[in-house]
Formats: sequence, structure tokens, C-alpha cells
Amino acid sequence: MASESTHIILEARELSVGYFSKKKTTAVASDLDFQFSEGSLISLVGANGIGKSTLLRTLAGMQTPLTGEIEIGSKELSKYHPLELAGVLSVVLTEPPSSKNLSVLEFVSLGRQPHTNWLGQLSPKDKETIQWALDHTDTSSLAQRKCFELSDGQMQRVAIARALAQDTPLIILDEPTTHLDLYHRAYVLKLLKKLASETNKTILFSTHEIDLAIQLSDKMMVLTHEGLQMDSPAALIEKGAFNALFPEETIVFDKDTGRFTIR
Amino acid sequence: METTRSYSKMFFFLLLLLLAVFLLNVSLGSVAIPLEEIFAALTGRETSKPTWNYILIDYRLPKAITALLVGSGLAVSGLLMQTLFRNPLAGPFVLGLSSGASLGVAVLILGAGAFGGILGSLLTNEWSLVIASALGSFLVLLAVLAVTLRVKDTMAILIIGLMFGSVTAAVVGVLSYFSSAEQLQQYVFWSFGSLGSQSWSGVLILSICVVLGIAISFLASKSLNALLLGENYAKSMGVQIKRTTLVIIITTSILAGGITAFAGPIAFIGLAIPHITRQLITTSNHRILIPAVLICGSIVMLLCDIIAQVPFSEYTLPINAITSLVGAPVVIWLLVRKRKLLF
Repeated sequence: MASESTHIILEARELSVGYFSKKKTTAVASDLDFQFSEGSLISLVGANGIGKSTLLRTLAGMQTPLTGEIEIGSKELSKYHPLELAGVLSVVLTEPPSSKNLSVLEFVSLGRQPHTNWLGQLSPKDKETIQWALDHTDTSSLAQRKCFELSDGQMQRVAIARALAQDTPLIILDEPTTHLDLYHRAYVLKLLKKLASETNKTILFSTHEIDLAIQLSDKMMVLTHEGLQMDSPAALIEKGAFNALFPEETIVFDKDTGRFTIR
Repeated sequence: METTRSYSKMFFFLLLLLLAVFLLNVSLGSVAIPLEEIFAALTGRETSKPTWNYILIDYRLPKAITALLVGSGLAVSGLLMQTLFRNPLAGPFVLGLSSGASLGVAVLILGAGAFGGILGSLLTNEWSLVIASALGSFLVLLAVLAVTLRVKDTMAILIIGLMFGSVTAAVVGVLSYFSSAEQLQQYVFWSFGSLGSQSWSGVLILSICVVLGIAISFLASKSLNALLLGENYAKSMGVQIKRTTLVIIITTSILAGGITAFAGPIAFIGLAIPHITRQLITTSNHRILIPAVLICGSIVMLLCDIIAQVPFSEYTLPINAITSLVGAPVVIWLLVRKRKLLF
């Protein structure tokens, strides 16, 4: 099992994330310590506005941490050249591509950019990786379609295919299940699970699908006002970590079913 | 970026069309010259009338080459702006460059009355309009660059460019209020745009601007492709956004600023041509789109110039009006047919 691997791909120490404004800093979440091991599927859950996106953006190097350190592959995140970082970390964002006129094949093949020459020419190996990414996300049949013709579920798979084509040991996805129906939510998360175990990639995603995440994740990060808890889903249930997620007067977590029920 | 189809047939067709339109452009004009005489003059042989040789080599040929350069340069800079601002309505002049150029020219022509003296004597020089226009564009460029270095949001640059445009247009308005009818007429004639008044040295400088601009655009095509996904995705793939934005803005300024300096403001080509090209070439890959847009821009500009000539008559219509008359209906037609303008 990949999750038994002891290789640490990402480590955060005393990390605080938030925003710099003119003279003060606004911390959204602080004093976070965690490690990601290779080949594991990690989900990040928490209430709206708790700082999931801010944490993901910080880990992806899109914004700077307020304090603390992030190491990816035992090298400080801030020391990475942008192109070098693109070789170890790829992202799937909530936003669709700006140009809807891109074909699926063009969109996915753009994932090879960090590996291509100055003109962006694709080598046979690049093309192989692109085909592999399409095959693994069941999107080969969509290759010739334009992005504006896709459903939300198809678009999400294509976006994952692009990140796969970038071929990085670490993939970060920001709420990959939003706007999807139940089938596609389960499909996308199962796909991530399969990719993590088959390709030994570390996949981190934020989600509101707590019950699905409990069933599929190797590790879960539960972000609340009290701080961050990270463990296997079963251990987190035992600790009662999910109870602290939401105000208890509206919904409560049922330990036996692994679901939230309305009070 | 992988492209599914080969477009070599389309490119062959477009190049053939370009050649045909170029020859047509050179052969039409107020003086009828037989076709064999045109070939004779173009291949450096003697024409049966020396005036024909003069008309072709010193008037029609530089004009056709100017049209080709203006069309290709504006079309490519329009494509760059549409990709950078992720906005199908962006064109080469969204940054306010043409307004800057008009301001430069307005200060020269209209200000000559107000300040007299040195400015008035400058006006007689054939290069003065070119230099005034280039200086105007350059000042706006500096302002835009100063803003680009400070703000993070690309959309803010777009809006600030539009604001610069409004401010300079207002200053031109104030200047024209205090000007004589004669000066106003001279300014209005400049704003009509003109392809025909170039000397060969002017054509040479213009071609340096255009070739340089297009070469940089082509070198930037990989980053441009990444920008199609949006800034965040581009960043995640190792593109240095700020540097790329600067390169694209400077390239557009070289192209649009240089062209406006020599040919005056030419509307619509930059906005419409990328959309027309996308009907023929369905890929979004800039490595293919840039050459295609360049050829289409040249073809349309040469055609517009043929119309502006009003063949076999002595009239020459303002080129700026013709490009709008051709460009605006095309954009409307595209919108009605496709119901949306994708980029």
C-alpha cells in the first residue's frame, strides 16, 4: 500500500496563512503542523470561510505564508523557481479556463508546458503522457470537443487530466466536487483515490463532501477555529473531530454511519 | 499545446490569396496601367512609359507594403491584447496608445496655433507628425507600464488604459476648441489614416517595428498559450505573469504605436481580424494563430485599401472609415451567427 510509504513529500511547520493588508496581517489559520506522505489521498474539510482555500493557495505557492515554513521534497517552497515548482506541483482550480474555445486535447496538452522547449513543442514522450492522462480520466473520447461544449462533470475530469499531464508528484485540487451531481462527486473522488494509489502521487483536495471523503481518503485534515487535526478518517471519528466542524444545534455527526444528520 | 489538425492547406490558400490581393492592390489605382507593364516594373524592367514606373515603384508599391505591414501588425497586436485581457473585445488600442498618438499630433498641429514659433516651424518637416505621434504613444506606454508594475490585476490595466484614452481624448477636445478651422482640418485629415504618404525610408522604419513586434509575439507564444487557461493556471505551470504581461504590453506598443505613427489611427482591424481568423483556423495555439492572423490582417488591409482607392476614379476615401465599415458588420455578423464571441 502506498499509504504505508514513509517518504514525506510535503511538510509544514508552525504555518500561519492569511492575508497581508497595508499595515496589519489577517491570519485565517495559524500554527499548523502537518506532513504529507507519498502516494496518499488527503482531504481537507472545514466550514465555509474557515480558510481552506487560503491554505491550499499557500501550499500551492500562489500566496506567501504569514509565518512558518513549507517544505516540498525537503526544499523550502519559497526557494523554488516558478518553473521548477511547476515540475513538482500541479493544481486543479475551481475556475474554468479563460478561453472556452480550447479543445480538450489542447487544454490537457498545456499541462506539458513546464516540460517543453521554448516554443512549447511536444515530444513523443509528451504526447504519450497526454494520452495516458486522457485514458486515466476517461476523457479520450472528448479529446476533439471544445471546452464550452462540456458538462461540469466532464470539465472536472478534463481539468484533472491536465494536472495529470503535468506529471507532478503532488496535485492540489480546490473543491473538485462543487457543481457536480452525486454520481460525478463519487466518480471524481474515486478517480483521485485510484490515481493516488496507482501512480504514487500525493493528492490533496478540499471538499464539503465529508461522508464521501471519510470513505475514500487515506488522511483527512479537519480545519476548525480551534485549529487543525490531521489523521486517518477512522481515528478522527474516534476523536470526535467532526463534531467540532459545525454548530451542534443544527447538524450533528453520527459516529456509526459516518454522516451528518439534521437535528 | 497539441493541435489536432494540420492547417498547411489553409495556410497555402491564404498565402495564395495574399499574393493575389497584393497584385490586385498594386495594379489598381487612378491611373490604369496594363498588367504586363506592372509585372515589368515589379521585376525591375523598363516600362513603356517612365511615369508608370514612377507610380508603381514610388507610390503604389510602398503603399501596398505599408498596408501589408499595418494589417499584419495591428491584427497580431489585437490577438495579443485579447489573450492578455481574456476579453474578445480587446484590440490594439485598448491601452490608449492611439489616443496618446492623437494627443501628440493634436499638440503639434493644434498647439502650433496656440504656441506658434518653434512648433509652427516644426510642422513643415515630413517626419514631425510621425515623431509627435510616436512620442504621444510612448508617453501613454510609460504611464501604462508604471501602472502595470504597481497593480496585480490585469483587468485593472485594461480599465486604466481606457481611462488614459478618455483623458487624452478630452485634452484633444480642449485643444481643438481653441484651434482655427484650418488646423482642425489638418488634424481631422491625420485621423482619417493614410497608407499612401510613405517614402521608402518610412516603410523601412515601419517594417522594422512590425517585424520586431511580430518576432517577439511569436517567441512569447508559449506563455500566450498558457494564459488561455487564466493567470492562476499559467502561474502554476511556471509562467512568470508580470514579466509576460510586460513583454506583451511592450510588444503591442511597438506594433500599434509604430503603425499609428506612420499610418494614423486605423480602427477595427486589430479587433476584428483575430475573430475572422478563428473562423478559418479552429485551434487556439498561438504558434499557428499568430502567422494566420498576420496573413489575414494583410489580406483584409490590402482589400480595404483597394476599396478606399475607389478603383478607376480620382477619389481616395479615408482608410480609417473603410476599415470600420468593413470591420463592424463582420463582428456583428459573427455575433449573430455564433451567438457568442469566443476567443
